[in-house]
Amino acid sequence: MVSVILDGLARAISLILAGDPVLVEITLRSLAISGFATIAASLWSIPLGALIGLGKFRGRVLLRGAFNVLLGVPTVTLGLVLYLLVSRSGPLGFLRLLYTPTAIILGQAVLITPIIVSFVANTLEAVDPDVRNLALTLGSTETEAVLMVVNESLEGVLLSVTAGFNRAIAELGIALMVGGNIRGVTRMLTTYIALETNRGEVAIGIAFAVILLAIVAAVNLSVNFLQRRLRR
Amino acid sequence: MNRNTTIIIAAAIIGAAALGGIYILWPRANAGDTTLVVSTTTSLYDTGILDRIEEVFEADHDIDLYFISVGTGLAITHAQRGDADMILVHAPSKELSFLEDGYGANRKIVAYNFFSIVGPEGDPAGIYDMTPNDALATLVEKGRAGEAIWVSRGDDSGTHTKEKVLWGSAGFDASALRDEGWYREAGSGMGKTLQIAEELEAYTLSDMGTYLKYHTDELISLDVQVGAGEALINVYSALALDPDYNDDANFDDATTFTEFLASSEGQAIFETYGVDTYGTALFYPAVELLESNPDSTTAVWIANAAFFDGSECPEEYRVGETDLYN
Repeated sequence: MVSVILDGLARAISLILAGDPVLVEITLRSLAISGFATIAASLWSIPLGALIGLGKFRGRVLLRGAFNVLLGVPTVTLGLVLYLLVSRSGPLGFLRLLYTPTAIILGQAVLITPIIVSFVANTLEAVDPDVRNLALTLGSTETEAVLMVVNESLEGVLLSVTAGFNRAIAELGIALMVGGNIRGVTRMLTTYIALETNRGEVAIGIAFAVILLAIVAAVNLSVNFLQRRLRR
Repeated sequence: MNRNTTIIIAAAIIGAAALGGIYILWPRANAGDTTLVVSTTTSLYDTGILDRIEEVFEADHDIDLYFISVGTGLAITHAQRGDADMILVHAPSKELSFLEDGYGANRKIVAYNFFSIVGPEGDPAGIYDMTPNDALATLVEKGRAGEAIWVSRGDDSGTHTKEKVLWGSAGFDASALRDEGWYREAGSGMGKTLQIAEELEAYTLSDMGTYLKYHTDELISLDVQVGAGEALINVYSALALDPDYNDDANFDDATTFTEFLASSEGQAIFETYGVDTYGTALFYPAVELLESNPDSTTAVWIANAAFFDGSECPEEYRVGETDLYN
């Protein structure tokens, strides 16, 4: 067990040092797909989170609860539903999205929407209500007041987005179901790990898992750095 | 550095990432190339042979092969839903209904090998070299006495389909055995199932390719207890989608690729793949054998296991001009 992991670590290091073309290719593809998914999801999830966190309307608690439940949807289920949607006999089949990176981007964006929405709602709720009241008293419009609160808890929002990215780059079910793990087109870090493990190439599986973790760590460290900057 | 500068820098990083992403994801297939989606079985894909076939085929053809590796059951579902242009599978009974239901056309048998019943070193149930029927009957007996465990794929794959046939011919109903404690269902691919059998010191049915790979890499120590023989033959076929059923599917390229698999160039890949690594081929080419030596023992076994009405593809399922059946 230990020797297999050490073997994998050694393999990971030699692959990185050699600049292995397969490694570079699928790492860049994973980063691009999950990065896009995170940007797309943020575009609608941050406003939605703000609405749920700060809004006052009927059904707000229910909506919040719904997003919390969606946090628990297994990726393979979501992958299956998306497959049925974009399959050529499915309702979106005419778009020809199946087995394209675009399909994975859309799927991952849907997957991490509840994460960003819930986390953003939470972090905004935690901001002292006085901040918003103060802004309103000082003559801000409602929108300006909300922006002020968001600005006040920018670190929390950043953390929500990072959590979404971490989830996206580490998921397997969607990438496999709607991407198909096609070599050179939709092969990503997680699908490659699954493939090599099935093939019995355990050391390569471990090596790529180490690389995946390194990427997640690097992204999170950069965000941390950014947060510290923001705090000044 | 103030807050706004930081936000601008962050925005610039995201923008650069977005541009880089577009560059990476933009399709860069050679202009004019068409794509052929082949839904296939894990027992072929996991051996790596399809990577080799893809390499050789794409060198000479302006066709991009997209292999989607799933179980035979799901591969057929993919094709029925229009998500694959052809299938490469190993479950004759399912292939027959695929043809009969009007989905498939131009079936071609391209390769074969043998399934094996594998079990722990020392063979505690004592089934070594028995016929598959006797071996399975013995395993049921020992299993009920608490002296043996059987691990079934349980995932409706080609191998699982074969397993159910074998239980049937040994006089047992696989769906009834499921309720017995010694009969475990893995619900996983072949590699995972072998590892489960290894952990439980159990018996299981395996395709030769996956078994050799795992055994050579010392991931499992299970031994072959019942090997090559008529009942355990494993036949791989290529089937295109009938253009009458789905004229959207890439029928022309499917024909081209099937012809390549049946050509001497394609058959040579089956004959040699894995010899360097495992000391034996993982698959055997079937085309030449069936054409020029149809009375040989193995050819008869293939015919018994995988011919429909005395043919690998009866006339009514042949579409278009092709020299696949000359």
